[in-house]
Amino acid sequence: MNILFALIPLTALLLIVAVWAFFWAVRSGQFEDLDTPPVRVLLDDERGEDAQK
Amino acid sequence: MAQLIEERGLGRFYDFRTSPAARADRRCDDAFEACDRPEVMRSILEPTGNEDQSSMSCRIDGMTCAACTWLINKAIRDVPGIIDVTINPLTSLADIVLDKTRAYPSDVLGAIAAYGFSPRALPRAALAAGPVNRGGELKRLAVAGLGFVQIMSLSAALYLGAFKAMSPRFETFLTLASLLIATPVVLYAGAPIFRNALRDLARRQIGMDVPVGLAIAAALGASIFNALRGSGAVFFDSATMFVFFLTLGRFLESRARYRAGQTYQSIEALVPISSTRIVDGHAQNVGTIEIVPGDTILVPPGEAAPADGMIVSARASVDESLLSGETTARNKTSGDSMLGGSLNVGSQPIELRVTAVGRDSYIGRVSRMLETAISRRPDSMRAAEAWASRIAAGLLGLSIVVGLLWLTIDSEQAFRVVLAMLVVTCPCAISLAAPAAFAAGLGALARQGLLLRSTEVIDRLLEARTWLFDKTGTVTDGSMQIVQTHCFGELDAAQCLSIARALEAGIEHPLARAFIGEHQPQHAHNVEYIEGRGITGEFDGQTWRLGSAAFISAADSCFTNNADLGGVWLANDNQLVARFEISEQVRAGAPAAMRLLQRAGMKLALVSGDDDAAVGAAAQALRIEDWHAAQLPEDKLALMSRLQQSGQRVAAVGDGVNDAPLLAQADVSVAMVAGSELARSSADIVFTGEDLRVVARLPLAAAQIRRVIRQNIGWAIAYNVIGIPLAAAGFVPPWLAALGMSASSLIVVLNGLRLGSTLRAEPHAMRQQQHTSQWLTEMS
Repeated sequence: MNILFALIPLTALLLIVAVWAFFWAVRSGQFEDLDTPPVRVLLDDERGEDAQK
Repeated sequence: MAQLIEERGLGRFYDFRTSPAARADRRCDDAFEACDRPEVMRSILEPTGNEDQSSMSCRIDGMTCAACTWLINKAIRDVPGIIDVTINPLTSLADIVLDKTRAYPSDVLGAIAAYGFSPRALPRAALAAGPVNRGGELKRLAVAGLGFVQIMSLSAALYLGAFKAMSPRFETFLTLASLLIATPVVLYAGAPIFRNALRDLARRQIGMDVPVGLAIAAALGASIFNALRGSGAVFFDSATMFVFFLTLGRFLESRARYRAGQTYQSIEALVPISSTRIVDGHAQNVGTIEIVPGDTILVPPGEAAPADGMIVSARASVDESLLSGETTARNKTSGDSMLGGSLNVGSQPIELRVTAVGRDSYIGRVSRMLETAISRRPDSMRAAEAWASRIAAGLLGLSIVVGLLWLTIDSEQAFRVVLAMLVVTCPCAISLAAPAAFAAGLGALARQGLLLRSTEVIDRLLEARTWLFDKTGTVTDGSMQIVQTHCFGELDAAQCLSIARALEAGIEHPLARAFIGEHQPQHAHNVEYIEGRGITGEFDGQTWRLGSAAFISAADSCFTNNADLGGVWLANDNQLVARFEISEQVRAGAPAAMRLLQRAGMKLALVSGDDDAAVGAAAQALRIEDWHAAQLPEDKLALMSRLQQSGQRVAAVGDGVNDAPLLAQADVSVAMVAGSELARSSADIVFTGEDLRVVARLPLAAAQIRRVIRQNIGWAIAYNVIGIPLAAAGFVPPWLAALGMSASSLIVVLNGLRLGSTLRAEPHAMRQQQHTSQWLTEMS
């Protein structure tokens, strides 16, 4: 059970990483528009179009 | 336009189109050019973090489905120098980030217009006050949530350790780990709560945040103390759980309010962004923002005046309906005033000397009034808040009293009991009850095309029992068609039509559009347009009159008594030549929508300024019995006042072109998005769709939202009522209190989220509508 002494700090570290990742997401505007992505999925992928041109 | 689509390999647009696209409108190259002027650019471009980049917002009309979003997205991205495009089909707003050195606003606007949409650059001031600090809320929510999860896993271990012996080393270790994680999490995520509590205390008030802030602070403080001391209970899990659910509640509430606020557009969006200024006889294309009082500007036919002014032209024909509600275009002469936002419906440009601009103009003042009206919180909310603070103070006092009691009985338990009581008495679930339902409900409605301005609209919807519908543009789609042509002379239908077209060329009116359609007619000479009556002009060597029967017979009584006098007549000097029957298209979903409303127990009425024949026909198609024709705006208002005075609450649906005052007077107003700007900015609900059945389901939606709120409140109160005595008696350890509070909050939120799917159900509409009248009587 001594492994706990390593594991707990590890989870704390992961927590910090998770929080940082979320902060990054907020800062880079990932949460700005939550309405159009669901709709965009239904439409055709732009990469395909450009390849044809 | 179709060719352009094919050329660009964008033919797949047609595959995905789920509804017919709007017809291509006139391209406003001049207007777009004006956007490149420095002054105007400064008002529409917003700086971004990057020096070379700016962002601009524009509203795009004509987006009818998701495929249009895709098309516009591609159209804009094809312009060199575009960094990013975000289009929101729900609000028809597009945000574009462009490279200032490579792309100009006019490039973007032109690209959109080339595909047949009507873009409109929005000045920064016109956009609703953005989501203030939404990023901050999200961050706090994330920290609270992630921290909560982490602490729970540590606490689970500790609880298990209480049952099955755990070595003290680990216990201390886990406890310290909890301390290190919980402290920053609670302090960061709970910062607003503490700030509010301190602020309230400074003002000697007991707000809702005071007991809550106290509980969290006490829990955290005691836990830290006990953890460092090495003995005694710790409540890190309770504290973090608490903070998480409180933060969640506030987040949902602000989301609901944000959604409602997005539909608002202020005055700057009501007038054209570019104007033509006359300086020394030369016409300059300038931005409206550059105009100052004293300038002379030109208002082209069919356009809106950018500012208030005095008319210099000898004659002008002005449609002020969007402001004053008068349907008939007014004849004005030099010296008369013209209000910014009113339309030039004549065939000649109007020369105007500007008297007031922007916020000083009539529209500006009206708009400012609207803004203050909206930002003022309604009385019902203030009353509720006063109540809530009194209750909070009472509960706080109760907790302290109980704590003191326990001190005398068993001081060990006293602290736990106080903590438990503070937690249990927290009105979290109650405070989540409404926001959770509103957030989900308003979101679901927005996805159907109904943008509600505020949550009070729901209450008023529940009370409305009479629905007034405007005709043109609301139950009909605003397009007129020539159904039949009767000819009386030697000329055949085609010749009569081309004469009519020549006369109507250059007139901005739905009737003119009905005649002209796609043709490019020759213009008649000496055309004189008498609003509301008819047109005279010379064509092919003869003088013609085109208009209503009254108009024709004013010049020449050539009608026999038995004729049916409806429709539009064409006559030359001597005789009647032709008669055109015009009809309007009733919207496809409208009759069904009326049935839905009637099933729900609503009384319906149709009002219009049009003549008996047209309105009667529409009423018949819709099976509405109560219809009023030839209504001047004053008549419409009087009708509404009569209904309201008899105690009824009235909902009005219109497109605002000539019924803005009607919408303003109604208890609930719904504006069609294709309507006037002023209506859209003042109506309670904006409907962005085409199918009126969605509007007809509003009473049902409101009833369902209210039902969920009641369920939530009922449950939350039950929890408090049961929990408080139990906690006071000492049966509830703090962790259980926090768990119970969190669970009840969670239940309330999930119940609210249910609305997302409830409000969508369409096939059951008819059955549900029958329940609606039942519910509505229950609710009121």
